[in-house]
Amino acid sequence: MKDLVDVSGEVRVNDFVIKIGNVNGTGSASANGLLMKAIFRMGVPVVGKNLFPSNIQGLPTWYEIRLTKDGYMARSGTAEFIVAMNAETYKQDLAEVSPGGFLLYDSTWPRPDLHAREDVTAIGVPLARLVNAAFDNARTRVLMKNMAYVGAVAGLTGLDVEVIRGLVKEMFGTKEHLIDANMKAIGLGLDYVREHFADPLPLRIEPMDKTAGHIMIDGNTAAALGCVYAGATFGAWYPITPSTSLMDGFKGFCEKFRVDPETGEKNFCIIQGEDELASVGMAIGAGWNGARAFTPTSGPGISLMSEFIGFAYYGEVPVVLFDVQRAGPSTGLPTRTQQCDITLAAYASHGDTKHILLFPANPKECFEMAVQSFDIAERFQAPVFFMTDLDIGMNDWMIPELEWDDSYQPDRGKVLTADEIESLEKFYRYEDRDGDAIPWRTLPGTHPKGAYFTRGSGHNWKGGYTEDSDEYKEVLDRLTTKWKNAANAVPAPVITRCGQNARRAIISVGGCDGAVLEALDRFAENGVNLDYLRVRGFPFNAEVDQFIEQYDEVFVVEQNRDGQLRSLLVNETEAPKHKLVSILDYAGMAANPKFIIEGISAHLEALGDVA
Amino acid sequence: MTSMSKPFIDKHLPKNKLGLSVRNYEGVMSTLCAGCGHDSVTAALVQAFWELDLAPESAAKVSGIGCSSKTTAYFMGQSHGINCVHGRMPSVATGANAANGELNYIGISGDGDSLSIGFGQFAHAIRRNLNMLYILENNGVYGLTKGQFSAAADYGSKSKKGVENDQMPIDPCVQALTLGAGFVARAFSGDKSQLVPLIKAGLKHKGFALIDVISPCVTFNDHKGSTKSYAHTYKYYHPLVHTDFVAHADEVTGSYDKDGAMRVTMQDGGELFLRKTESNYDPRDRAQAIETLLMNKTEGEIRTGLLYLNSDLPDMQAANKLPKIPLNQVPYERLTPGKAALAKLQSRYR
Repeated sequence: MKDLVDVSGEVRVNDFVIKIGNVNGTGSASANGLLMKAIFRMGVPVVGKNLFPSNIQGLPTWYEIRLTKDGYMARSGTAEFIVAMNAETYKQDLAEVSPGGFLLYDSTWPRPDLHAREDVTAIGVPLARLVNAAFDNARTRVLMKNMAYVGAVAGLTGLDVEVIRGLVKEMFGTKEHLIDANMKAIGLGLDYVREHFADPLPLRIEPMDKTAGHIMIDGNTAAALGCVYAGATFGAWYPITPSTSLMDGFKGFCEKFRVDPETGEKNFCIIQGEDELASVGMAIGAGWNGARAFTPTSGPGISLMSEFIGFAYYGEVPVVLFDVQRAGPSTGLPTRTQQCDITLAAYASHGDTKHILLFPANPKECFEMAVQSFDIAERFQAPVFFMTDLDIGMNDWMIPELEWDDSYQPDRGKVLTADEIESLEKFYRYEDRDGDAIPWRTLPGTHPKGAYFTRGSGHNWKGGYTEDSDEYKEVLDRLTTKWKNAANAVPAPVITRCGQNARRAIISVGGCDGAVLEALDRFAENGVNLDYLRVRGFPFNAEVDQFIEQYDEVFVVEQNRDGQLRSLLVNETEAPKHKLVSILDYAGMAANPKFIIEGISAHLEALGDVA
Repeated sequence: MTSMSKPFIDKHLPKNKLGLSVRNYEGVMSTLCAGCGHDSVTAALVQAFWELDLAPESAAKVSGIGCSSKTTAYFMGQSHGINCVHGRMPSVATGANAANGELNYIGISGDGDSLSIGFGQFAHAIRRNLNMLYILENNGVYGLTKGQFSAAADYGSKSKKGVENDQMPIDPCVQALTLGAGFVARAFSGDKSQLVPLIKAGLKHKGFALIDVISPCVTFNDHKGSTKSYAHTYKYYHPLVHTDFVAHADEVTGSYDKDGAMRVTMQDGGELFLRKTESNYDPRDRAQAIETLLMNKTEGEIRTGLLYLNSDLPDMQAANKLPKIPLNQVPYERLTPGKAALAKLQSRYR
């Protein structure tokens, strides 16, 4: 029996990171998901991040599971325990282990070099040998090796094997032979570490009660569910990472909830377009015709859709665009996250165009804001951008259970019925009858008197073609007013005050939220007082302006190179430019608090100031 | 300038079954050049709709950008129209059709709109068998930008300035046939007696109906040396299949069957009679249709009429199993799974 050395000298309970390095295409996702879900079922809050390549098979991939007893939502940026299953990245993985941490590797092939770091304990488990002796088929051996490391991790950390067994049973249902095979593989890893190592690691998993009332779900799935509850009936899309799972989710939910059991009729229509231009065109056509319509895409798709977006803006056609942002420019890093389409979406298309944007920060908000997006699009007769990103969209997040109020009725906006049209002397499509800059619209086929012509060319308030300067300007000015009014319809910002009369504050957006909140705790511990506002909609609510006014300096935290949120704040609020200090992270990884703490600390040090 | 409406006087005009005259099917004043072929197509559409007794608001007009696309404002002012971005009309039509399949979708496009910038969308709308009448007003030239060749310009055809086109043309009918269109026709704007029945048949065809209409551009492509001029088209066009459409079977007179016409019952009701001018041509033989069109190319002949018909293909609505009630009218209660279902669903995420 070999004793494990605890170089750091402290026992950490439910507060460390397990990072698994593997080869893409080896089926490790289900093993990693199993590990994370087992921890979640033990009542321990978790953060899971999948770092995957733009590849089908062969390139390295990592999965990070952060156990966070304090319930933080971001990555920690540390790696206390690395399960290195990819020999190609051994060197890199060893270098990344946090001081005092552990590295588990497959010792079927001896690797003395992995024991080179004095401050890291390397643990060899001959996984391939164990699995090859127990299973015959080559593909089975690959899959079962993943299960074997789950067992080894469980044995080393105290993860409850019965919880794992329960999950495996749920995973395979009535397929007893698969349950047996997987549990056998888990047992191989578990038994080996119990036999060969005297003590478990000082990284301990112990039961808690902090996950009750919560679920683990990714943002794309939650947004898709939001589309279903919003009553969206039409979706068009062109496959693009990282948005694809949104339409997969919508399709799955619709097949479950929207198919008439008797007739087989489908109360939804999903069309895979020939490209993004066609996809948004279809959604606009359906929106024009009165169906709640959307298209999920990513940055390259928004670029392609831009001409059509301007058409929907000027023709005043409701449509919802889900932009699951990924790292650009150009093809960029398709499997990495960023918030790099903020300015693109805000002003998408040529000419004077301004759009309505919603910024969810987590899957719970993805569900809620998806519903709001359709309401706002139809109320304002305009394209609405739902600005999510790869981290929110594709990673499983722990969130409070989703809630629904059955009294909800969709806001279909100002649409005239046949009777209402009949009672009008004359219908003019772009007439501001109510003085709120939102005209009434009619749907094709409703009534001959309600007919009008939707065009992207110059038009007047009657909907007729015009080249007359005054008539043209009148419509353009109304569109500005309409857009400004949307500031009160988009979700209000969330403000967190430290209660210490802070002179400085943070403004951030979307998926940075978890990292900002964690950074604020660290700052508070060090006596640095900062307030925090999270933007959730554009055009900016008046509260954003008022907030900035209260501070000497505001740090704008976001995940892109150019400070796009800051640019929008400079452009669309009264804030003086010098007051807004960019704190940026554009590495493509899910945010962790480090860049915020380091960026703000460096700024304060340079000023010789602490708070 | 703004658009001009026409004075409305129809006292002495005949009325259809809805009590409407052709004037009820017109739109605003055309701003195209005097003598433009497109205006003849517009007139044929008005006539066809009037003859079919269709309520004007039952149409949904869709178009892209170009002289042809403008014409959707010139007919059926009592129906909705959408004049979207260049070459992308088929996608808008697709979404609109998915939302409500009960309307009569009429797409008007041109050779630039459909065969250059919008070639992809044209092809994919056909592949989806979108239920619409797609009229391609084909003049071989870009009019609004003053006379550049389009992708439909024939090899060797001369521009107004005498330059010869050195690229091979795209034949929309051949393309549509290879992509599986169920209704492929070619017509000439100068022959209304041929065009009106084709439009009626195309409207009644359940699926994608293409009518490629040779529609000369009097300003930029009506000169000697152009293969899309009035003179050239009159000289070389040759109806291959005469088409008659009778909306209701009870009105069918005996003469059709006697002269060997092929009788086709449309899915939406109505009867189609096809009379061949060449005994060996079968408008249900796709390969023969393609071969005939390719042969015409080398001979310089312009064969017209309903070149191919197959009304057995499921349209996009059927393929997607869309409900009888249009999607835009399905009540919300049928779309939301509700609170209880959400609570139940979430057990899978624990």
